Amino acid sequence: MSNETPSTKTKPAEVGSFESNNSESINSEYKYGFVTQIENDAFEKGLSEDVIRRASAMRNEPQFLLDFRLKAYKTLLTMEQPDWAYLKLAPVDLQNIVYYSAPKMKKQHENIEDVDQELLDTFEKLGIPLQEQKRLANVAIDAVFDSVSIYTSHKKKLLEQGIMFCSFGEAVQEYPELVEQYLGSVVPAGDNYFAALNSAVFSDGSFVYIPPGIKCPMDLSTYFRINNKESGQFERTMIIADVDAKVSYLEGCTAPEFSTNQLHSAIVELVALDGASIKYSTVQNWYAGDRKTGLGGVYNFVTKRGKCAGKNSHISWTQVETGSAITWKYPSCILQGEGSVGEFYSVALTNGHMQADTGTKMVHIGKNTRSTIISKGISADQSSNAYRGLVDIRPGAEGARNFTQCDSMLIGSNCSANTFPYITVANPTAKTEHEATTSRISEEQLFYFQSRGIAREEAVAAVVGGFCKDVFRELPGEFAAEARQLLALKLENSVG
Amino acid sequence: MLSVKNLQCKLPDGTVILKGLNLEVKAGEIHAIMGPNGAGKSTLSRVLSGHPDFTVIEGSVEYEGKNLLELDVAARANSGIFMGFQYPTEIPGVNNLEFLRMALDAQRKFKGLEKITDDEFKTALDHWTRVLEMDTRYRERGVNEGFSGGEKKRNEILQMAMLQPKLAILDETDSGVDIDALRIISQGINALMDSSKAVILVTHYQRLLDIVKPNFVHVLRAGKIVLSGGPELALELEARGYDWIP
Repeated sequence: MSNETPSTKTKPAEVGSFESNNSESINSEYKYGFVTQIENDAFEKGLSEDVIRRASAMRNEPQFLLDFRLKAYKTLLTMEQPDWAYLKLAPVDLQNIVYYSAPKMKKQHENIEDVDQELLDTFEKLGIPLQEQKRLANVAIDAVFDSVSIYTSHKKKLLEQGIMFCSFGEAVQEYPELVEQYLGSVVPAGDNYFAALNSAVFSDGSFVYIPPGIKCPMDLSTYFRINNKESGQFERTMIIADVDAKVSYLEGCTAPEFSTNQLHSAIVELVALDGASIKYSTVQNWYAGDRKTGLGGVYNFVTKRGKCAGKNSHISWTQVETGSAITWKYPSCILQGEGSVGEFYSVALTNGHMQADTGTKMVHIGKNTRSTIISKGISADQSSNAYRGLVDIRPGAEGARNFTQCDSMLIGSNCSANTFPYITVANPTAKTEHEATTSRISEEQLFYFQSRGIAREEAVAAVVGGFCKDVFRELPGEFAAEARQLLALKLENSVG
Repeated sequence: MLSVKNLQCKLPDGTVILKGLNLEVKAGEIHAIMGPNGAGKSTLSRVLSGHPDFTVIEGSVEYEGKNLLELDVAARANSGIFMGFQYPTEIPGVNNLEFLRMALDAQRKFKGLEKITDDEFKTALDHWTRVLEMDTRYRERGVNEGFSGGEKKRNEILQMAMLQPKLAILDETDSGVDIDALRIISQGINALMDSSKAVILVTHYQRLLDIVKPNFVHVLRAGKIVLSGGPELALELEARGYDWIP
């Protein structure tokens, strides 16, 4: 254990000890670190116009999409990697990344029987059974392996109600008008450096369209798995909720343990029309690098944004960020429609040498728009954890309201927590509130639990769970319990 | 039940606090430990519960025939030892009832029993909150969160009553409480006691011992028990202080 201090080492067991003797838990710290052996079709490393054209041709993309990509690439060439975040990182070398890599197989599979057994086993091992009989009845899953969607469950059943749930690549072929209409409408290609990169080279992801008046009868989810060591991960996800439509969407992410860093640079665009509601939940557990040395791990540089385009529309982001060497993301809401509501609920946990700079932007444009931000940061070991948020109230946002609460919890004395709230108010009728707290798990608290017979790990889980409960209760169904367990597992060796 | 022999222990900075303490506690007995400030009274209760700040350098502690010092903190609790804190910690965000259930279920798991049912839990909780005259707000709040000194001590006694320990070690449970709270706490202790159980009361004051009658009174001074006697010793200490003891 990296955080063991000399004083705990010299402590004899006779007096009772805070250390748990559970050696198994150390090894189970990241149980998703395995690599799947599977044949790939991949390009050589490096980024150029030629690479973009070839990849586009491989995917048989329509002209509008190639044009979109090339325009994004031209924009990218004029930009530089930003450095304003509270992060320590070397510049990412775009020429050292593979931009096209796909498991060797036909296309997206219509039947589960056609999916490569290796891939099925991989997802089974990750706890995501794709086989019909084992599947969760109320959750439809899109399984994305190295940025290529390999299988989408419940697709036909959903389509009976007009709900389109498929891989992004499939949507490009099947529903090109919708894709063309909304692609880049929320996150423009030139929005930021990594958005431009994604727009030029994105591979696959999920696509959701909910027709007017339809409440999606089950949770939709995408499970992202990075496998390849050298390919970048550039997913594109788009969710459109038409008038009075409603959907709840979840994503989960894991990656193998490599000693080099992998770049994950995704874009998620959400559009909610009049009266529509989108709930987007993330449980992110990418490989975070070696706990002691900080070597390896995923760079998670993601642009997620939702547009409440219609009146009384509603977009809610809930994220539980527990992995990645570096997390750099701000799921945001553009509150354009009158009376629209944006929400951001976040738990970000960092330990080892992880760094996180995460938060949200709430842009109030329409009248009587409301937003809520609840952010819970937990830092342990040598990690650093920053909340960065913008509440931007534009001149036309009569009666806009924001409530922000940022709480930090520190475990140990070598970690750091920072809060960077930015608030700009250009309408005098608007009201914003901001609250912030910092707390620490104390040894006396843990001793109190233990003196009542409660194991140390359970005590940590209870304290952290209590700290995060305002966020966890936003997670759908069994995911709240899962998130709580995940945090407990991650922190098991950090408190001691 | 508990046999402490020649117990010596120190703090991380090397300060030796207990310097050869002996104590025998049998089932059905109530022992009061008294003594001047800094004598090692609180240290004794913390060492017995396994607090990691203290290192045992000499001696032995046997509890129900087992070497207590080999058990970790939680195992000691689950074996039936309850420690009532002088200054109970606040744990915001963790609900009192959730905490109680965790403790009860940990104890049951240790004994190989099923988790407590909602009915069992409710029945016991209703009974003891009534006996201890606990405010109903107690149920909604975090563990000791925003409690007054007296409420915290009553909460300790509630936890004790729910857990039904064999041996309760109560560290200055009577300090910082008003006369009504003292009466309630004392009733709680008396309600727990029977011939199969034992209580060690660490206290400065006679007033608790008026209601909870001890079988033995010990004077702890400079890390050792220097004098033991019956309940009448407490009265003498109240009247004469500690200076007369050789």
